[in-house]
Amino acid sequence: MREQILAIIEKNSRIDMRELAVILGAEEITIANELKAMEEEGIICGYHTMIDWEKTSIEKVTALIEVRITPQRGQGFDNIAERIYKYPEVNSVYLISGGYDLLVTLEGKSLKAVSSFVSDKLSTLEGVLSTATHFILKKYKDHGTILAKKYEDTREKVSP
Amino acid sequence: MRSPLADKAVAIKPSGIRKFFDIVSEMKDAISLGVGEPDFDTPWHIRDEGIYSLEKGRTFYTSNAGLKELREEISGYIKRTQDISYDPVHEVLITVGGSEAIDIALRAMLNPGEEVLIPQPSYVSYEPCAILADGRPVIIELKAENEFRLTAEELRSAITDRTKVLILPFPNNPTGAIMEKQDLEAIAEVIREKDIFVISDEIYAELTYKGKHVSIISLPGMKERTVLINGFSKAYAMTGWRLGYACAPAQIMEQMLKIHQFAIMCGPTTSQYAAVEALRNGDDDVAMMRESYNQRRRFLMHAFKEMGLECFEPYGAFYVFPCIREFGMTSEEFAERLLAEEKVAVVPGTAFGDCGEGFLRISYAYSLENLKLALGKINAFITRLRSEKK
Repeated sequence: MREQILAIIEKNSRIDMRELAVILGAEEITIANELKAMEEEGIICGYHTMIDWEKTSIEKVTALIEVRITPQRGQGFDNIAERIYKYPEVNSVYLISGGYDLLVTLEGKSLKAVSSFVSDKLSTLEGVLSTATHFILKKYKDHGTILAKKYEDTREKVSP
Repeated sequence: MRSPLADKAVAIKPSGIRKFFDIVSEMKDAISLGVGEPDFDTPWHIRDEGIYSLEKGRTFYTSNAGLKELREEISGYIKRTQDISYDPVHEVLITVGGSEAIDIALRAMLNPGEEVLIPQPSYVSYEPCAILADGRPVIIELKAENEFRLTAEELRSAITDRTKVLILPFPNNPTGAIMEKQDLEAIAEVIREKDIFVISDEIYAELTYKGKHVSIISLPGMKERTVLINGFSKAYAMTGWRLGYACAPAQIMEQMLKIHQFAIMCGPTTSQYAAVEALRNGDDDVAMMRESYNQRRRFLMHAFKEMGLECFEPYGAFYVFPCIREFGMTSEEFAERLLAEEKVAVVPGTAFGDCGEGFLRISYAYSLENLKLALGKINAFITRLRSEKK
Protein backbone atom coordinates (compact mmCIF):
# COMPACT_ATOMS: atom_id res chain seq x y z
CA MET A 1 0.00 0.00 0.00
CA ARG A 2 2.74 2.46 0.97
CA GLU A 3 4.59 1.86 -2.25
CA GLN A 4 1.45 2.56 -4.26
CA ILE A 5 0.63 5.71 -2.31
CA LEU A 6 4.15 7.01 -2.76
CA ALA A 7 4.20 6.24 -6.48
CA ILE A 8 1.05 8.33 -6.95
CA ILE A 9 1.83 11.30 -4.71
CA GLU A 10 5.35 11.53 -6.05
CA LYS A 11 3.72 12.52 -9.35
CA ASN A 12 0.75 14.36 -7.91
CA SER A 13 1.00 15.54 -4.33
CA ARG A 14 -2.20 17.54 -4.67
CA ILE A 15 -4.38 14.49 -5.19
CA ASP A 16 -7.48 14.47 -3.05
CA MET A 17 -7.35 11.98 -0.16
CA ARG A 18 -10.77 10.61 -1.11
CA GLU A 19 -9.73 10.07 -4.71
CA LEU A 20 -6.54 8.37 -3.60
CA ALA A 21 -8.62 5.97 -1.51
CA VAL A 22 -10.92 5.24 -4.46
CA ILE A 23 -8.22 4.48 -6.99
CA LEU A 24 -6.29 2.29 -4.56
CA GLY A 25 -9.41 0.48 -3.45
CA ALA A 26 -8.83 1.36 0.22
CA GLU A 27 -10.63 3.21 3.01
CA GLU A 28 -9.97 6.93 3.29
CA ILE A 29 -8.97 6.56 6.93
CA THR A 30 -6.33 3.95 6.02
CA ILE A 31 -4.79 6.31 3.49
CA ALA A 32 -4.86 9.22 5.94
CA ASN A 33 -3.15 7.11 8.61
CA GLU A 34 -0.48 5.87 6.23
CA LEU A 35 0.27 9.40 5.02
CA LYS A 36 0.52 10.70 8.56
CA ALA A 37 2.77 7.82 9.60
CA MET A 38 5.04 8.33 6.61
CA GLU A 39 5.28 12.05 7.37
CA GLU A 40 6.25 11.28 10.95
CA GLU A 41 8.80 8.67 9.89
CA GLY A 42 10.35 11.18 7.54
CA ILE A 43 9.57 9.07 4.47
CA ILE A 44 7.48 11.91 3.11
CA CYS A 45 9.67 14.98 3.54
CA GLY A 46 7.50 17.60 1.88
CA TYR A 47 5.00 18.38 -0.87
CA HIS A 48 6.85 20.51 -3.36
CA THR A 49 5.82 22.04 -6.63
CA MET A 50 7.58 21.51 -9.91
CA ILE A 51 8.15 24.80 -11.65
CA ASP A 52 9.66 25.50 -15.02
CA TRP A 53 11.27 28.80 -14.06
CA GLU A 54 12.33 29.40 -17.63
CA LYS A 55 8.73 30.15 -18.53
CA THR A 56 8.52 32.88 -15.89
CA SER A 57 10.14 36.31 -15.95
CA ILE A 58 12.17 35.43 -12.87
CA GLU A 59 15.87 34.95 -13.57
CA LYS A 60 17.41 31.88 -12.03
CA VAL A 61 20.68 30.14 -12.61
CA THR A 62 21.26 26.54 -11.64
CA ALA A 63 24.70 25.02 -11.35
CA LEU A 64 26.06 21.57 -10.65
CA ILE A 65 29.31 21.71 -8.72
CA GLU A 66 31.70 18.82 -8.34
CA VAL A 67 33.60 19.14 -5.08
CA ARG A 68 36.69 17.17 -4.10
CA ILE A 69 37.39 17.13 -0.38
CA THR A 70 39.68 15.62 2.21
CA PRO A 71 37.71 13.36 4.54
CA GLN A 72 38.25 14.10 8.24
CA ARG A 73 39.26 11.53 10.77
CA GLY A 74 36.22 10.12 12.58
CA GLN A 75 33.82 12.30 10.60
CA GLY A 76 34.38 11.19 7.01
CA PHE A 77 32.61 13.57 4.67
CA ASP A 78 29.69 14.41 6.92
CA ASN A 79 31.09 17.51 8.58
CA ILE A 80 32.01 19.26 5.38
CA ALA A 81 28.76 18.18 3.73
CA GLU A 82 26.86 19.77 6.59
CA ARG A 83 28.79 23.00 6.31
CA ILE A 84 27.84 23.12 2.65
CA TYR A 85 24.17 22.14 2.90
CA LYS A 86 23.47 24.75 5.54
CA TYR A 87 23.71 27.49 2.93
CA PRO A 88 20.13 28.20 1.84
CA GLU A 89 21.13 28.70 -1.80
CA VAL A 90 22.31 25.08 -1.92
CA ASN A 91 19.57 22.84 -3.32
CA SER A 92 21.05 19.42 -2.84
CA VAL A 93 24.25 17.74 -1.71
CA TYR A 94 25.07 14.17 -2.68
CA LEU A 95 28.04 12.00 -1.77
CA ILE A 96 29.17 10.47 -5.04
CA SER A 97 31.33 7.52 -5.98
CA GLY A 98 33.98 8.06 -8.64
CA GLY A 99 36.20 10.97 -9.61
CA TYR A 100 35.00 13.48 -7.03
CA ASP A 101 33.26 13.39 -3.65
CA LEU A 102 30.29 15.73 -3.38
CA LEU A 103 27.85 16.85 -6.02
CA VAL A 104 26.28 20.14 -5.02
CA THR A 105 23.40 21.75 -6.87
CA LEU A 106 22.95 25.40 -6.40
CA GLU A 107 20.40 27.98 -7.38
CA GLY A 108 21.34 31.62 -7.71
CA LYS A 109 19.91 34.82 -9.12
CA SER A 110 22.73 35.26 -11.61
CA LEU A 111 25.96 33.75 -12.91
CA LYS A 112 27.81 36.25 -10.76
CA ALA A 113 25.96 35.26 -7.62
CA VAL A 114 26.74 31.60 -8.21
CA SER A 115 30.38 32.15 -9.03
CA SER A 116 30.94 34.35 -6.03
CA PHE A 117 29.35 31.71 -3.82
CA VAL A 118 31.75 29.14 -5.23
CA SER A 119 34.86 31.28 -4.96
CA ASP A 120 34.07 33.00 -1.66
CA LYS A 121 32.21 30.37 0.31
CA LEU A 122 32.64 26.92 -1.11
CA SER A 123 36.26 26.73 -2.21
CA THR A 124 37.53 28.47 0.90
CA LEU A 125 36.05 25.85 3.22
CA GLU A 126 38.66 23.88 5.06
CA GLY A 127 39.04 20.44 3.54
CA VAL A 128 37.78 21.44 0.09
CA LEU A 129 40.51 20.57 -2.41
CA SER A 130 38.93 21.69 -5.64
CA THR A 131 35.62 22.56 -7.34
CA ALA A 132 34.33 22.33 -10.90
CA THR A 133 31.21 24.32 -11.72
CA HIS A 134 28.78 23.38 -14.51
CA PHE A 135 25.99 25.78 -15.37
CA ILE A 136 22.73 24.31 -16.58
CA LEU A 137 21.76 25.74 -19.96
CA LYS A 138 18.44 24.01 -20.50
CA LYS A 139 16.31 21.52 -18.61
CA TYR A 140 14.75 18.88 -20.85
CA LYS A 141 13.46 16.61 -18.15
CA ASP A 142 13.33 17.07 -14.42
CA HIS A 143 11.97 14.76 -11.71
CA GLY A 144 10.65 12.38 -14.37
CA THR A 145 8.71 15.15 -16.08
CA ILE A 146 9.51 16.14 -19.65
CA LEU A 147 9.59 19.92 -19.80
CA ALA A 148 10.27 20.26 -23.50
CA LYS A 149 6.83 19.33 -24.84
CA LYS A 150 3.30 18.57 -23.77
CA TYR A 151 1.52 15.21 -24.08
CA GLU A 152 -0.87 15.05 -26.97
CA ASP A 153 -3.39 12.27 -27.59
CA THR A 154 -2.92 11.35 -31.23
CA ARG A 155 -5.05 8.21 -31.22
CA GLU A 156 -8.08 7.78 -33.44
CA LYS A 157 -11.14 8.78 -31.43
CA VAL A 158 -12.99 5.47 -31.73
CA SER A 159 -11.30 2.14 -32.39
CA PRO A 160 -11.55 -1.60 -31.71
CA MET B 1 -21.56 -4.24 -66.67
CA ARG B 2 -22.11 -7.12 -64.31
CA SER B 3 -21.28 -6.78 -60.61
CA PRO B 4 -17.60 -7.12 -59.85
CA LEU B 5 -18.40 -8.09 -56.26
CA ALA B 6 -18.53 -11.28 -54.26
CA ASP B 7 -21.90 -11.80 -52.56
CA LYS B 8 -20.07 -12.98 -49.46
CA ALA B 9 -18.26 -9.65 -49.10
CA VAL B 10 -21.33 -7.57 -49.85
CA ALA B 11 -23.35 -9.43 -47.24
CA ILE B 12 -20.96 -8.48 -44.45
CA LYS B 13 -22.11 -5.54 -42.35
CA PRO B 14 -19.55 -2.79 -41.74
CA SER B 15 -18.23 -2.55 -38.17
CA GLY B 16 -20.51 -0.72 -35.75
CA ILE B 17 -17.46 0.87 -34.19
CA ARG B 18 -16.47 2.32 -37.52
CA LYS B 19 -19.90 3.82 -38.04
CA PHE B 20 -19.70 5.66 -34.75
CA PHE B 21 -16.17 6.73 -35.48
CA ASP B 22 -17.34 8.57 -38.58
CA ILE B 23 -19.76 10.66 -36.51
CA VAL B 24 -17.22 11.40 -33.77
CA SER B 25 -14.34 12.31 -36.04
CA GLU B 26 -16.34 15.21 -37.42
CA MET B 27 -16.60 16.75 -33.95
CA LYS B 28 -13.31 18.43 -33.22
CA ASP B 29 -13.76 19.12 -29.51
CA ALA B 30 -15.42 15.86 -28.49
CA ILE B 31 -13.99 14.00 -25.50
CA SER B 32 -13.73 10.38 -26.45
CA LEU B 33 -14.02 7.35 -24.21
CA GLY B 34 -14.27 5.21 -27.30
CA VAL B 35 -10.70 4.20 -27.87
CA GLY B 36 -9.75 0.54 -27.75
CA GLU B 37 -6.02 0.97 -27.41
CA PRO B 38 -3.64 1.92 -24.60
CA ASP B 39 -2.95 5.61 -23.95
CA PHE B 40 0.66 4.82 -23.07
CA ASP B 41 3.45 5.16 -25.59
CA THR B 42 5.32 1.97 -26.39
CA PRO B 43 8.05 1.82 -23.69
CA TRP B 44 11.17 3.55 -24.95
CA HIS B 45 13.52 0.57 -24.67
CA ILE B 46 11.22 -1.37 -26.99
CA ARG B 47 11.02 1.46 -29.52
CA ASP B 48 14.77 1.86 -29.26
CA GLU B 49 15.28 -1.80 -30.22
CA GLY B 50 13.05 -1.25 -33.26
CA ILE B 51 15.08 1.80 -34.29
CA TYR B 52 18.32 -0.06 -33.69
CA SER B 53 17.21 -2.93 -35.92
CA LEU B 54 16.51 -0.40 -38.69
CA GLU B 55 19.91 1.20 -38.22
CA LYS B 56 21.54 -2.18 -38.55
CA GLY B 57 19.70 -2.71 -41.81
CA ARG B 58 17.45 -5.50 -40.63
CA THR B 59 14.89 -4.61 -43.25
CA PHE B 60 14.33 -7.96 -44.94
CA TYR B 61 11.63 -10.60 -44.70
CA THR B 62 11.95 -12.94 -41.77
CA SER B 63 11.04 -16.60 -42.16
CA ASN B 64 7.32 -17.11 -42.72
CA ALA B 65 6.71 -18.22 -39.16
CA GLY B 66 8.69 -15.26 -37.79
CA LEU B 67 12.06 -14.70 -36.11
CA LYS B 68 13.19 -17.82 -34.34
CA GLU B 69 14.35 -15.89 -31.27
CA LEU B 70 10.94 -14.25 -30.98
CA ARG B 71 9.15 -17.60 -31.21
CA GLU B 72 11.46 -18.91 -28.52
CA GLU B 73 10.67 -15.92 -26.28
CA ILE B 74 6.95 -16.51 -26.80
CA SER B 75 7.29 -20.17 -25.97
CA GLY B 76 9.21 -19.19 -22.82
CA TYR B 77 6.57 -16.62 -21.88
CA ILE B 78 3.78 -19.19 -22.07
CA LYS B 79 5.85 -21.67 -20.12
CA ARG B 80 6.42 -19.20 -17.31
CA THR B 81 2.85 -17.85 -17.20
CA GLN B 82 0.78 -21.00 -17.92
CA ASP B 83 3.34 -23.79 -17.39
CA ILE B 84 2.60 -25.24 -20.83
CA SER B 85 5.31 -25.92 -23.43
CA TYR B 86 5.00 -25.06 -27.10
CA ASP B 87 7.61 -26.11 -29.60
CA PRO B 88 8.85 -22.79 -31.03
CA VAL B 89 9.59 -24.40 -34.38
CA HIS B 90 6.31 -26.16 -35.13
CA GLU B 91 3.75 -24.67 -32.78
CA VAL B 92 4.30 -20.89 -32.76
CA LEU B 93 3.49 -18.43 -35.55
CA ILE B 94 4.06 -14.68 -35.65
CA THR B 95 1.12 -12.83 -37.23
CA VAL B 96 0.11 -9.32 -38.19
CA GLY B 97 -1.71 -8.55 -34.96
CA GLY B 98 -4.06 -10.92 -33.20
CA SER B 99 -6.56 -10.10 -35.98
CA GLU B 100 -4.67 -12.04 -38.61
CA ALA B 101 -4.37 -15.01 -36.29
CA ILE B 102 -8.16 -15.07 -35.81
CA ASP B 103 -8.69 -15.00 -39.57
CA ILE B 104 -6.21 -17.72 -40.51
CA ALA B 105 -7.14 -19.99 -37.60
CA LEU B 106 -10.77 -19.99 -38.79
CA ARG B 107 -9.71 -20.54 -42.40
CA ALA B 108 -7.46 -23.42 -41.40
CA MET B 109 -10.14 -25.16 -39.36
CA LEU B 110 -13.52 -24.68 -41.05
CA ASN B 111 -15.21 -26.68 -43.78
CA PRO B 112 -18.21 -25.10 -45.53
CA GLY B 113 -21.24 -25.02 -43.29
CA GLU B 114 -19.46 -25.97 -40.08
CA GLU B 115 -20.58 -23.94 -37.12
CA VAL B 116 -18.51 -21.50 -35.11
CA LEU B 117 -19.79 -20.57 -31.67
CA ILE B 118 -19.26 -16.89 -30.97
CA PRO B 119 -20.10 -15.58 -27.51
CA GLN B 120 -21.29 -11.97 -27.70
CA PRO B 121 -20.88 -9.14 -26.83
CA SER B 122 -17.40 -9.54 -28.27
CA TYR B 123 -14.90 -8.10 -30.67
CA VAL B 124 -16.28 -7.28 -34.10
CA SER B 125 -14.15 -9.49 -36.33
CA TYR B 126 -15.13 -13.04 -35.33
CA GLU B 127 -18.43 -13.16 -37.18
CA PRO B 128 -17.26 -11.75 -40.54
CA CYS B 129 -14.06 -13.83 -40.43
CA ALA B 130 -16.12 -16.98 -39.83
CA ILE B 131 -18.36 -16.11 -42.79
CA LEU B 132 -15.38 -15.42 -45.05
CA ALA B 133 -14.00 -18.82 -44.06
CA ASP B 134 -17.32 -20.40 -45.22
CA GLY B 135 -18.30 -21.23 -41.66
CA ARG B 136 -21.65 -20.58 -40.06
CA PRO B 137 -21.47 -18.24 -37.07
CA VAL B 138 -23.73 -19.21 -34.18
CA ILE B 139 -24.07 -16.52 -31.56
CA ILE B 140 -24.17 -17.29 -27.84
CA GLU B 141 -25.70 -14.33 -26.02
CA LEU B 142 -23.86 -13.78 -22.76
CA LYS B 143 -25.78 -12.39 -19.83
CA ALA B 144 -25.14 -9.51 -17.46
CA GLU B 145 -26.30 -11.64 -14.51
CA ASN B 146 -23.40 -14.02 -15.20
CA GLU B 147 -21.04 -11.04 -15.43
CA PHE B 148 -20.87 -11.84 -19.15
CA ARG B 149 -18.99 -15.08 -18.55
CA LEU B 150 -19.71 -18.14 -20.69
CA THR B 151 -21.42 -20.89 -18.71
CA ALA B 152 -21.31 -24.62 -19.43
CA GLU B 153 -25.11 -24.67 -19.90
CA GLU B 154 -25.02 -21.87 -22.45
CA LEU B 155 -22.26 -23.66 -24.32
CA ARG B 156 -23.93 -27.05 -24.21
CA SER B 157 -27.25 -25.80 -25.51
CA ALA B 158 -25.56 -24.07 -28.48
CA ILE B 159 -23.68 -27.15 -29.68
CA THR B 160 -25.06 -29.14 -32.62
CA ASP B 161 -23.67 -31.94 -34.81
CA ARG B 162 -22.16 -29.29 -37.06
CA THR B 163 -20.32 -27.38 -34.32
CA LYS B 164 -16.59 -27.28 -34.96
CA VAL B 165 -15.04 -24.35 -33.12
CA LEU B 166 -15.74 -22.22 -30.08
CA ILE B 167 -14.30 -18.73 -29.98
CA LEU B 168 -13.31 -17.84 -26.44
CA PRO B 169 -12.80 -14.07 -26.16
CA PHE B 170 -11.60 -13.47 -22.60
CA PRO B 171 -10.59 -11.10 -21.04
CA ASN B 172 -13.33 -9.57 -23.09
CA ASN B 173 -13.64 -6.51 -25.27
CA PRO B 174 -16.18 -4.80 -24.76
CA THR B 175 -17.46 -6.08 -21.39
CA GLY B 176 -14.20 -6.41 -19.45
CA ALA B 177 -15.39 -9.87 -18.31
CA ILE B 178 -12.87 -12.56 -17.43
CA MET B 179 -13.13 -16.34 -17.12
CA GLU B 180 -11.54 -17.68 -13.96
CA LYS B 181 -10.17 -21.18 -13.60
CA GLN B 182 -13.39 -22.74 -12.30
CA ASP B 183 -15.37 -21.11 -15.15
CA LEU B 184 -12.94 -22.57 -17.67
CA GLU B 185 -13.02 -26.00 -16.06
CA ALA B 186 -16.79 -26.12 -16.42
CA ILE B 187 -16.75 -25.35 -20.15
CA ALA B 188 -13.65 -27.48 -20.85
CA GLU B 189 -15.60 -30.52 -19.75
CA VAL B 190 -18.26 -29.81 -22.39
CA ILE B 191 -15.64 -29.06 -25.03
CA ARG B 192 -13.86 -32.38 -24.49
CA GLU B 193 -17.09 -34.33 -24.30
CA LYS B 194 -18.49 -32.84 -27.51
CA ASP B 195 -15.11 -33.00 -29.24
CA ILE B 196 -14.99 -29.41 -30.48
CA PHE B 197 -12.05 -27.03 -30.83
CA VAL B 198 -11.25 -23.65 -29.30
CA ILE B 199 -9.83 -20.42 -30.65
CA SER B 200 -8.90 -18.59 -27.48
CA ASP B 201 -8.33 -14.88 -28.09
CA GLU B 202 -6.28 -13.79 -25.09
CA ILE B 203 -5.02 -10.45 -26.36
CA TYR B 204 -5.87 -8.84 -22.98
CA ALA B 205 -4.26 -11.66 -20.95
CA GLU B 206 -1.85 -9.29 -19.18
CA LEU B 207 -4.61 -6.91 -18.18
CA THR B 208 -6.53 -8.64 -15.40
CA TYR B 209 -7.23 -7.24 -11.96
CA LYS B 210 -8.24 -10.29 -9.95
CA GLY B 211 -5.37 -12.72 -9.88
CA LYS B 212 -3.31 -13.80 -12.88
CA HIS B 213 -4.97 -14.72 -16.14
CA VAL B 214 -5.57 -18.45 -16.59
CA SER B 215 -5.54 -19.77 -20.14
CA ILE B 216 -7.75 -22.66 -21.17
CA ILE B 217 -4.65 -24.37 -22.61
CA SER B 218 -3.48 -25.04 -19.06
CA LEU B 219 -6.42 -27.40 -18.40
CA PRO B 220 -6.06 -31.14 -19.05
CA GLY B 221 -6.53 -32.16 -22.67
CA MET B 222 -7.09 -28.60 -23.88
CA LYS B 223 -3.76 -27.64 -25.43
CA GLU B 224 -4.37 -30.33 -28.05
CA ARG B 225 -7.62 -28.74 -29.21
CA THR B 226 -6.91 -25.04 -28.82
CA VAL B 227 -5.45 -22.26 -30.93
CA LEU B 228 -4.14 -19.69 -28.48
CA ILE B 229 -4.00 -16.12 -29.79
CA ASN B 230 -2.19 -13.25 -28.17
CA GLY B 231 -0.10 -10.27 -29.24
CA PHE B 232 1.84 -7.20 -28.24
CA SER B 233 -0.75 -4.47 -28.83
CA LYS B 234 -2.45 -4.30 -25.45
CA ALA B 235 0.16 -5.59 -23.00
CA TYR B 236 3.03 -3.47 -24.31
CA ALA B 237 1.05 -0.60 -25.86
CA MET B 238 2.17 -1.58 -29.36
CA THR B 239 -1.04 -1.39 -31.41
CA GLY B 240 0.53 0.35 -34.38
CA TRP B 241 3.34 -2.20 -34.66
CA ARG B 242 0.80 -4.78 -35.82
CA LEU B 243 2.24 -7.83 -34.18
CA GLY B 244 0.51 -10.84 -32.70
CA TYR B 245 0.97 -14.57 -32.53
CA ALA B 246 -0.75 -17.91 -32.44
CA CYS B 247 0.23 -21.09 -30.63
CA ALA B 248 -1.40 -24.31 -31.74
CA PRO B 249 -0.80 -28.03 -32.15
CA ALA B 250 1.52 -28.68 -35.11
CA GLN B 251 -1.29 -30.30 -37.11
CA ILE B 252 -3.33 -27.06 -37.12
CA MET B 253 -0.30 -24.80 -37.29
CA GLU B 254 0.94 -26.43 -40.46
CA GLN B 255 -2.21 -25.31 -42.26
CA MET B 256 -2.25 -21.85 -40.67
CA LEU B 257 1.34 -21.34 -41.73
CA LYS B 258 0.46 -22.09 -45.36
CA ILE B 259 -2.35 -19.53 -45.42
CA HIS B 260 -0.16 -16.98 -43.62
CA GLN B 261 2.69 -17.60 -46.05
CA PHE B 262 0.56 -17.00 -49.13
CA ALA B 263 -1.50 -14.11 -47.76
CA ILE B 264 1.05 -12.19 -45.67
CA MET B 265 4.58 -13.63 -46.09
CA CYS B 266 5.69 -12.67 -42.58
CA GLY B 267 5.02 -10.26 -39.75
CA PRO B 268 6.73 -6.84 -39.91
CA THR B 269 10.47 -7.32 -39.28
CA THR B 270 11.08 -4.14 -37.26
CA SER B 271 8.19 -5.00 -34.98
CA GLN B 272 9.53 -8.51 -34.45
CA TYR B 273 12.87 -7.21 -33.20
CA ALA B 274 11.10 -4.76 -30.90
CA ALA B 275 8.86 -7.56 -29.62
CA VAL B 276 11.87 -9.68 -28.61
CA GLU B 277 12.93 -6.80 -26.36
CA ALA B 278 9.36 -6.46 -25.02
CA LEU B 279 9.26 -10.08 -23.91
CA ARG B 280 12.79 -10.03 -22.51
CA ASN B 281 12.67 -6.79 -20.56
CA GLY B 282 9.10 -5.53 -20.55
CA ASP B 283 7.63 -7.06 -17.39
CA ASP B 284 8.03 -3.89 -15.32
CA ASP B 285 6.33 -1.79 -17.97
CA VAL B 286 3.39 -4.15 -18.09
CA ALA B 287 3.10 -4.11 -14.30
CA MET B 288 3.14 -0.30 -14.26
CA MET B 289 0.45 -0.02 -16.93
CA ARG B 290 -1.70 -2.70 -15.31
CA GLU B 291 -1.59 -0.86 -11.97
CA SER B 292 -2.51 2.37 -13.69
CA TYR B 293 -5.49 0.82 -15.50
CA ASN B 294 -6.60 -0.78 -12.27
CA GLN B 295 -6.66 2.62 -10.53
CA ARG B 296 -8.78 4.09 -13.28
CA ARG B 297 -11.07 1.06 -13.22
CA ARG B 298 -11.70 1.54 -9.52
CA PHE B 299 -12.27 5.24 -10.12
CA LEU B 300 -14.90 4.57 -12.81
CA MET B 301 -16.71 1.91 -10.79
CA HIS B 302 -16.86 4.29 -7.86
CA ALA B 303 -18.16 7.13 -10.01
CA PHE B 304 -20.88 4.92 -11.55
CA LYS B 305 -21.96 3.85 -8.11
CA GLU B 306 -22.31 7.47 -7.06
CA MET B 307 -24.31 8.26 -10.18
CA GLY B 308 -26.50 5.23 -9.56
CA LEU B 309 -25.55 3.76 -12.93
CA GLU B 310 -25.83 -0.02 -12.96
CA CYS B 311 -22.58 -1.78 -13.84
CA PHE B 312 -21.10 -5.16 -12.96
CA GLU B 313 -17.48 -5.02 -11.85
CA PRO B 314 -15.22 -6.05 -14.73
CA TYR B 315 -11.84 -7.58 -13.93
CA GLY B 316 -10.15 -7.51 -17.31
CA ALA B 317 -9.08 -5.46 -20.35
CA PHE B 318 -9.69 -1.68 -20.06
CA TYR B 319 -13.43 -1.42 -20.53
CA VAL B 320 -16.48 -1.07 -18.37
CA PHE B 321 -19.91 -1.96 -19.70
CA PRO B 322 -22.59 -0.03 -17.81
CA CYS B 323 -26.30 -0.69 -18.29
CA ILE B 324 -28.47 2.19 -19.50
CA ARG B 325 -31.84 0.42 -19.72
CA GLU B 326 -33.36 2.66 -17.04
CA PHE B 327 -33.43 5.53 -19.54
CA GLY B 328 -35.68 3.71 -21.99
CA MET B 329 -33.46 4.39 -24.99
CA THR B 330 -31.47 2.16 -27.29
CA SER B 331 -27.70 2.15 -26.82
CA GLU B 332 -27.30 3.95 -30.09
CA GLU B 333 -29.80 6.69 -29.21
CA PHE B 334 -28.11 7.16 -25.85
CA ALA B 335 -24.63 7.36 -27.38
CA GLU B 336 -25.76 9.76 -30.09
CA ARG B 337 -27.52 12.09 -27.64
CA LEU B 338 -24.57 11.98 -25.25
CA LEU B 339 -22.31 12.99 -28.09
CA ALA B 340 -24.62 15.72 -29.39
CA GLU B 341 -25.48 17.21 -25.99
CA GLU B 342 -22.30 16.72 -23.96
CA LYS B 343 -19.71 15.98 -26.64
CA VAL B 344 -18.65 12.76 -25.00
CA ALA B 345 -18.13 9.75 -27.25
CA VAL B 346 -18.78 6.21 -26.04
CA VAL B 347 -19.47 3.13 -28.14
CA PRO B 348 -22.99 1.62 -28.10
CA GLY B 349 -22.99 -1.98 -26.83
CA THR B 350 -24.79 -3.07 -30.00
CA ALA B 351 -21.57 -2.55 -31.98
CA PHE B 352 -20.47 -5.84 -30.37
CA GLY B 353 -23.60 -7.88 -31.02
CA ASP B 354 -27.35 -7.49 -30.63
CA CYS B 355 -27.21 -8.60 -27.01
CA GLY B 356 -25.12 -5.51 -26.26
CA GLU B 357 -28.40 -3.56 -26.46
CA GLY B 358 -28.94 -1.56 -23.30
CA PHE B 359 -25.21 -1.24 -22.60
CA LEU B 360 -22.32 1.08 -23.45
CA ARG B 361 -18.65 0.37 -23.84
CA ILE B 362 -16.59 2.89 -21.95
CA SER B 363 -12.83 2.68 -22.28
CA TYR B 364 -10.54 3.70 -19.45
CA ALA B 365 -7.41 3.91 -21.55
CA TYR B 366 -7.35 7.61 -20.64
CA SER B 367 -5.71 9.75 -17.99
CA LEU B 368 -7.63 10.23 -14.74
CA GLU B 369 -8.03 13.93 -15.57
CA ASN B 370 -9.67 13.05 -18.86
CA LEU B 371 -11.93 10.47 -17.22
CA LYS B 372 -12.96 12.95 -14.55
CA LEU B 373 -13.91 15.52 -17.13
CA ALA B 374 -15.92 13.03 -19.18
CA LEU B 375 -17.65 11.53 -16.15
CA GLY B 376 -18.76 14.98 -15.00
CA LYS B 377 -20.46 15.41 -18.36
CA ILE B 378 -22.01 11.95 -18.30
CA ASN B 379 -23.34 12.68 -14.83
CA ALA B 380 -24.91 15.93 -16.01
CA PHE B 381 -26.45 14.08 -18.95
CA ILE B 382 -28.05 11.27 -16.96
CA THR B 383 -29.27 13.68 -14.29
CA ARG B 384 -31.05 15.57 -17.06
CA LEU B 385 -32.49 12.35 -18.50
CA ARG B 386 -33.82 11.30 -15.13
CA SER B 387 -35.51 14.66 -14.54
CA GLU B 388 -37.03 14.55 -18.06
CA LYS B 389 -38.58 11.22 -17.21
CA LYS B 390 -40.32 12.54 -14.10
